[in-house]
Amino acid sequence: MEGVCGKPPIRPNPADASQPARGAAIRLRRYLPPVASLAAILAPLWLLEGFHLFQLTVAVIMALAVLGLNIVTGYSGQISLGHGAFFAIGAYVTAALMSHAGWSFWATLPPSAALCGIVGYGVGLPALRLGGLYLALVTFSLAVAVPQLLKHRSLEAWTGGVQGLFLSKPEPPPWLPLDPDQHMYLLAVLVAGCCFWLTSNLVCSRIGLALMAIRDHPVAAEASGMDIAALKTRAFAVSAMITGVAGALSAVTIEYVAPDSFGLPLSITLFVGMVVGGVASVLGPVFGGLFVLFVPSIAESISRATPGVVYGVILIVFLVGMPDGIAGLIRRAAQRIGWSAEDRTT
Amino acid sequence: MTTSRRFLLAAGTLAVPRIAPAQQAPGVTANEIRIGSTNALSGPASAYSVISRGLEALFKRLNDHGGVEGRRVSFIVYDDAYQPPRTLEQTRRLVEQDRVAFTFNQLGTPTNSAVHRYMNQRRVPHLFLASGADKWANPSEYPFTIGWQPSLRTEAQIYTKHALAQKPDARIAVLYQNDDFGRDYLAGVRDVVGARFDAVVRAASHEATDPTIDSQIVQLQSTGADVLVCGILPRFATQAIRRVHDIGWRPMMFMTNVSISAGAVIQPAGPGRAAGLMTSAYLKDQTDPAWADDAGMKEWRGFMRQYLPEADLTDNNYLYAYGVGSTMIHVLRQCGGDFSRENVLRQATNIAPMELPTLLPGVQVQSQPSNYKVIRRMHLQRWDGRSWVRFGQAIEGSDV
Repeated sequence: MEGVCGKPPIRPNPADASQPARGAAIRLRRYLPPVASLAAILAPLWLLEGFHLFQLTVAVIMALAVLGLNIVTGYSGQISLGHGAFFAIGAYVTAALMSHAGWSFWATLPPSAALCGIVGYGVGLPALRLGGLYLALVTFSLAVAVPQLLKHRSLEAWTGGVQGLFLSKPEPPPWLPLDPDQHMYLLAVLVAGCCFWLTSNLVCSRIGLALMAIRDHPVAAEASGMDIAALKTRAFAVSAMITGVAGALSAVTIEYVAPDSFGLPLSITLFVGMVVGGVASVLGPVFGGLFVLFVPSIAESISRATPGVVYGVILIVFLVGMPDGIAGLIRRAAQRIGWSAEDRTT
Repeated sequence: MTTSRRFLLAAGTLAVPRIAPAQQAPGVTANEIRIGSTNALSGPASAYSVISRGLEALFKRLNDHGGVEGRRVSFIVYDDAYQPPRTLEQTRRLVEQDRVAFTFNQLGTPTNSAVHRYMNQRRVPHLFLASGADKWANPSEYPFTIGWQPSLRTEAQIYTKHALAQKPDARIAVLYQNDDFGRDYLAGVRDVVGARFDAVVRAASHEATDPTIDSQIVQLQSTGADVLVCGILPRFATQAIRRVHDIGWRPMMFMTNVSISAGAVIQPAGPGRAAGLMTSAYLKDQTDPAWADDAGMKEWRGFMRQYLPEADLTDNNYLYAYGVGSTMIHVLRQCGGDFSRENVLRQATNIAPMELPTLLPGVQVQSQPSNYKVIRRMHLQRWDGRSWVRFGQAIEGSDV
């Protein structure tokens, strides 16, 4: 297969390679996409300010959360409607450690990710017996239960109950000439960038291929010696960790967590983002994150009275026009013009 | 508030850059004042979106009559679906992109909590919130935020005052839901009773998830209390009314005005069992024949007929909207043409006591820089077996 897992399908023809112009073109193909992406990621720091940068930060966070969901649903084929719960747990662990124990944001990331990973692993266990629609309902119930559990009296000392918890964003270090919004964006991009990089390595590795094999043909995969139970539960754990890290970022960006922030709509939003962006794609969640953040606002600006209808229509147009998501469209376009596909295989 | 100093530091850094004083008064031009709001236009709390519809109509009427000081009010409402992160996003959109002069009547307690600090850091007035939480009246820490309706705590103060006026040596039982909502009631009772709290008050709480509250009722009865104040939600209110009656306890019983719907609470409990139950109100009841010829209610009905002909007149959110909107318009008029944020806040926190068309007589709207409780008085009403009947004068909560 061409363009799989970031290895550009460059087959230099010995006759062509001797021509310097052709060599330059190859270099361009190889280096332009990453350089352009980096520029596109960093440009908003200076081009946007205040509110727009904040919105973009939230979009990056949503993208990261969608990435987590994509591992379990896209790559490993287990439908989860409950990733809002992991997002909430990640957010609450960070918020509780920062506001009660005075931890720094960075220090809260490992415990936050770890707890989400453990809970994710636990949710992965029933996933072994329940497939498809049944698993969707189990995760759905998790999404319904978590906001209520967060209000429960036994946890209230930590969660702040209905009132939630306040925290402050990490302040930019004095040597960095950035305002708090710019700093938060940079932070979100850094954390998300690491997670995207790790994920793309994961899905390109043997484990990623094994996950896809289990998704596409479990019997064949098992016959080939893959440990389905271990892979599925671990996929759930990793997926929950990534979504939990997104939740942690969200807590410091919003500077407030409350049970109402993490209701069922959040889980559905993540699911929409995953499908629109592109199922089983590392690039897809980026577009998914942008979609779920900006399209509702666009819908509201088109029609004040019926934003829901406009949103629905836009969603349908996207699904009809790009059945394999925005990432799929880009991949096909890139293949057509002969450039290496940025995206991973499905 | 361990972080309060950091708030201030952050406030400094956030407020200084980027919002250069290019515009003397943000959101104000020669012919326009821009006001923002958020409401749950979608989602589970969207029943409250009629408040925004009422306010839009009220500002339309104002504009039809020439606006304020020659300026039209444009009222921008964004949907937050009652999700705090969305509220912050939409509020930042209002403040930073639409550059509103201030926000008015944003809906909800968790949602307003998410923007509480932001508004105060940015020094943008955050006026007359649609929330009954007590924390909005905190001028020393959050001078830019002010509520409007009487808080749950004020309500409990009023019940306690009335109970002590009737029975100076009353023994008070408090039944409350163990969350912020219920605990505001306990706090209100404590405000009035003061140092005697431990001697005269017995409290029992329940969880929102409890199936019944029978044991709490029995436990409170056994303390010998002769006054019962209930800060509980409708389902439990029905149980409490029935249980108190059935075990033969006859305390002077007060029920939070959250849980007094004749259809949802009183009828299931049995209207006869509820006889003598007391609660409080600050808005007129549009279904009460006593107000058929009332000048204020006629004004409201005329407004509704002209500007919201399709609206459901039995929805008391429209009465609320008329009251809170009239307060806002009063403040704008009081600004005398200076709509800078400083002056809008100054005028919003210096309202001389006044009555409004849709509020009960004696219930005034007022504010002082040191006291942000805009509505401090409520009327008591008693269930006579068929309907709620007001009695006595408006009672003021205690100033704490």
